[in-house]
Amino acid sequence: MTTPTTDGSAAIRALAQRRWRIAITLTVVMVIIYFGFISLVAFDKALLGRRLGSGLSVGILLGALVIVSAWLLTWFYVRWANTHYDAALSAIERGGGDTR
Amino acid sequence: MNAQTAIGQPNVVAMVFFFVIIAITLGITYWAARRTRTTEHFYAAGRTVSPGQNGFALAGDYMSAASFLGIAGLVSTTGFDGLIYSTGWLVGWPVVLFLIAEPLRNLGKYTFADVVAARLRQAPVRIAAAIGTLATVTFYLIAQMVGAGGLIKLMFGLSYETAIVIVGAAMIAYVLFGGMLATTWVQIVKAVLLLGGAFILAMLVLAKFGFNPSRLFGAAAAKYGDAVLAPGKLVSNPWDAISLGMALMFGTAGLPHILMRFYTVPDARAARTSVFYATGLIGFFYLLTFVLGFGAMVLVGPDTIKGVDKGANMAAPLLAEYIGGTPFLGFIAAVAFATILAVVAGLALAGASALSHDLWVNVVRGGKASGDEELKVARVATVILGVAAVILGITFKGQNVAFMVSLAFAIAASGNFPALVLAIFWRRFTTAGAVASMLTGTLATLVLIWLSPTIQVDVLHRATAWFPLKNPALVTIPLGFAMGIVVSLMSARVADDAFAHHERRMHMGTTSA
Repeated sequence: MTTPTTDGSAAIRALAQRRWRIAITLTVVMVIIYFGFISLVAFDKALLGRRLGSGLSVGILLGALVIVSAWLLTWFYVRWANTHYDAALSAIERGGGDTR
Repeated sequence: MNAQTAIGQPNVVAMVFFFVIIAITLGITYWAARRTRTTEHFYAAGRTVSPGQNGFALAGDYMSAASFLGIAGLVSTTGFDGLIYSTGWLVGWPVVLFLIAEPLRNLGKYTFADVVAARLRQAPVRIAAAIGTLATVTFYLIAQMVGAGGLIKLMFGLSYETAIVIVGAAMIAYVLFGGMLATTWVQIVKAVLLLGGAFILAMLVLAKFGFNPSRLFGAAAAKYGDAVLAPGKLVSNPWDAISLGMALMFGTAGLPHILMRFYTVPDARAARTSVFYATGLIGFFYLLTFVLGFGAMVLVGPDTIKGVDKGANMAAPLLAEYIGGTPFLGFIAAVAFATILAVVAGLALAGASALSHDLWVNVVRGGKASGDEELKVARVATVILGVAAVILGITFKGQNVAFMVSLAFAIAASGNFPALVLAIFWRRFTTAGAVASMLTGTLATLVLIWLSPTIQVDVLHRATAWFPLKNPALVTIPLGFAMGIVVSLMSARVADDAFAHHERRMHMGTTSA
């Protein structure tokens, strides 16, 4: 087990694990959204062909929403990293005093 | 040639734009050449590219002829099915952001192999990574060259072979003299032209439908049946759709020419911001392809599109001609030409880096080559790749562009991506595991593509194929991860303090190491 040391290695370890959890969670969300969409393409063509009003089909709407969801996930990650992750990094840099 | 179109006849506007684009990009190359003196300039533009510039350059590197011409063509002839590519090609970007961009910037120098090899033995890892890089780059280049040859032949009436040679020569000039700096600005110019051109074209299409996309889709259904708005024949086997989706999603994070761009920005934070911009721009572009594809279907018609080019790659130029006549056709054709030039330049640079930085410097010379020597070897490699691209382009005349690119994505997703993720995040990863993962992923993809209906039925015209899926990613991505993990667990443990150092560098960068 790592013990707290003056070079901030325990803090880096903790931050690394936190970033990994966020990164893997967001990746899994993107995977679920996209493969949910692809599974519908593969297994439920009738649903995707259903029409909403004059021309828009469920499939086209969901396709556009997949793109919008990718935007939202990247926006969410960048906002988290710019505020929390960067702040934690600079705290480690200030307090670490590491010269390794 | 079709009587109703000016495609294939000399087009003055296209010629003018064509020469303006060549002149501007060569001017950029001249400017960049004077600033390209070290390997850091040649591979990474001196690490001075801003996040906004890199966002546009990433988009420029990524939005290939397959994106623009291929998707518009697929949607115009098959309807909804083409949109599987539009969405699949975007969803890889969040994965790049979450898992790859920042660690890559902090852990590497010029190539993604820098990161995979960082904690491991250099020579075997570099050789395996170079094989994955060159396989990906080669398939991608073939697709781009074939698209370029066909496009220029149709636009200007030049012979296919002449067109390929022109593209090859321009690509060599950008990279050889201007390195990454010229390549970056060629990407930016191209991204602005492509996004601007596609946006204007989409708006002019929507203007005919009261700026209501639903009316456009409704018109397509009224003319060609409700089936064009639903999944259709392109995906007859459900597992094909999932396998293709996996290749598109994880392939992006294994494309050497994309990964290389993260070394051009000053730090990891800039790498992060640049992916955010790139995702926005690329997503916007793929939404436009919905409109362009259905617009071409309704206004031009699938029969006319296939009449001009069996691969349907001329859908967007034909749509431009319908909307704005010969001048607009010329503009869009020139934009498509710029698109191809920029992508091949990025690919050539990535391939040259694998040959010079990974193979020559770190394998042949054991990491002891001088900067001048590395720069010279990189330039020789650029010329070799350029000539090889021309030869391959002529050899593979007549293949469907979008489909060839999806093969490159399958190799990137199976050969490069698993090893890169394991190298960044997994403590127990070993040299043997990395080599096993990259070689198995790449070779299994090549073998299964050969045995798939894609080659056996479509190319060789056999009745059946041994392997059922058109794209092997469903099998080969898990295989790449499994080989990396199993072989690592069977080989000797790596010291834990090496990983602590690696983790510090991954987050803090080299400045604090």
